[in-house]
Amino acid sequence: MTQSDARSKVRAFLEKFIRDQDFEDGDNVFALGLVNSLMAMQLVLFLEKEFGVKFTNQDLNLKNFRSVDAMVELLGARGIFAAA
Amino acid sequence: MTLQGYIDSAIAPRADRWDCEERIPRQVLSDLAGLGVLGAHVSIAQGGGGRPVVEWGEALEAVGEASMSLLSVLTIHAMSSYALARWGEAEAQQEWLPSLTSGAKLGGFCLTEPTIGCDAKSVTTRLEEAGDSWRVTGTKRWTSAAELVDVFLVFGQTDQGPTAVLVPRETPGVTVTPISGVLGFRGARACELTFKDVVVPKRWTIGPQGMGFSYVASSTLDVGRFCIACGSTGLIRACVRASVDYARQRKQFGVPLSEHQLIQALIADMTTSYKAANALWRQAAKAREELLPSSIMETTTAKYFASTAASRAANDAVQIHGANGCGPDYPVQRYFRDARITELIEGSNQMQQVMIAQDALNAFATRRRR
Repeated sequence: MTQSDARSKVRAFLEKFIRDQDFEDGDNVFALGLVNSLMAMQLVLFLEKEFGVKFTNQDLNLKNFRSVDAMVELLGARGIFAAA
Repeated sequence: MTLQGYIDSAIAPRADRWDCEERIPRQVLSDLAGLGVLGAHVSIAQGGGGRPVVEWGEALEAVGEASMSLLSVLTIHAMSSYALARWGEAEAQQEWLPSLTSGAKLGGFCLTEPTIGCDAKSVTTRLEEAGDSWRVTGTKRWTSAAELVDVFLVFGQTDQGPTAVLVPRETPGVTVTPISGVLGFRGARACELTFKDVVVPKRWTIGPQGMGFSYVASSTLDVGRFCIACGSTGLIRACVRASVDYARQRKQFGVPLSEHQLIQALIADMTTSYKAANALWRQAAKAREELLPSSIMETTTAKYFASTAASRAANDAVQIHGANGCGPDYPVQRYFRDARITELIEGSNQMQQVMIAQDALNAFATRRRR
């Protein structure tokens, strides 16, 4: 799994919920009102299932899930990317 | 004994009495624990039964058919034990999870307050830091079966936002006041709880501080909605069975009611609702088994449909029974009262409609991104 693969998967997941607006990888999807309150749980379920990680309570700060960039960074911190 | 055997012999024949007496004997929960029902949803690694979600759903549907009061007790236990298993720190899990999954202790759920319902993140109960402890102060209302519960999952406000913590019922400062005469779920008598300077250790915090709504309440209510979807489906089945039995034996105008086509129409509608509700919770169960993000909306849809259909089916069941349906000799008046509650709990059905609509507005939209 490369960082680029992960970015594509996270983006594709978010695009299922944000169908008619453009958003950048750094955009805060919560602050922009692009997703609803259930999204936090859906993102946790998606990331844990897709990337085989188990988040700790310390990981669950919404800041870690607010954008594509933040989620890729979180996954990187959990060591899921292969060394280049 | 199988679960169905226990339901047929010890639950169904007593459900009306529990409704009248507004209590369920603790022994019933112990018996269900012995049958593996109370820990079925928790993984084997965490000391639970680790049963497939669909199998758990079948158990919930079977219990719901016999007694929605009992189903609601199983629901709050599942919600609180799930929260501990998913979000609790290791220390709290070691202290509480074995007794909850074995059924030695019963878990409860304290979110609603006298002035706070669906707007759950605005709870007013305070969790104030006191060294290594929380000092809990506030009032919760409509807490199911609080007199039976050993430990509550309580939601309160901290300086960082909504936070969940475990509070044993026997902790000094906890007062439980039953509310009699509630419309439905009477066996699981609802209570008002007051917490006055209740001190519990911080290690019993469930989930990240300040994330009590986004993660803990949100995911726990999702579990509750699955339970209610399955239980409500059982309630519809109970309505069908009661209506069919009554329509076949009751004669009017010289023939059984079952030969009157307008009665057949009511039975056809509730039967169709049963099959649809059953299919929806099974679809949700499959998504939950696979831990899919879509499981949340599948569950919401199943709960919304099953509870709405249960109210309609119970209303029709009373109609088929006529005056007999309003009296104490037939269970359909209990079904009618219980069904109404399913539309209110674990997020009112209007909240479910909003979530379903928001999802549909994305899922079914023609993509127009530039």
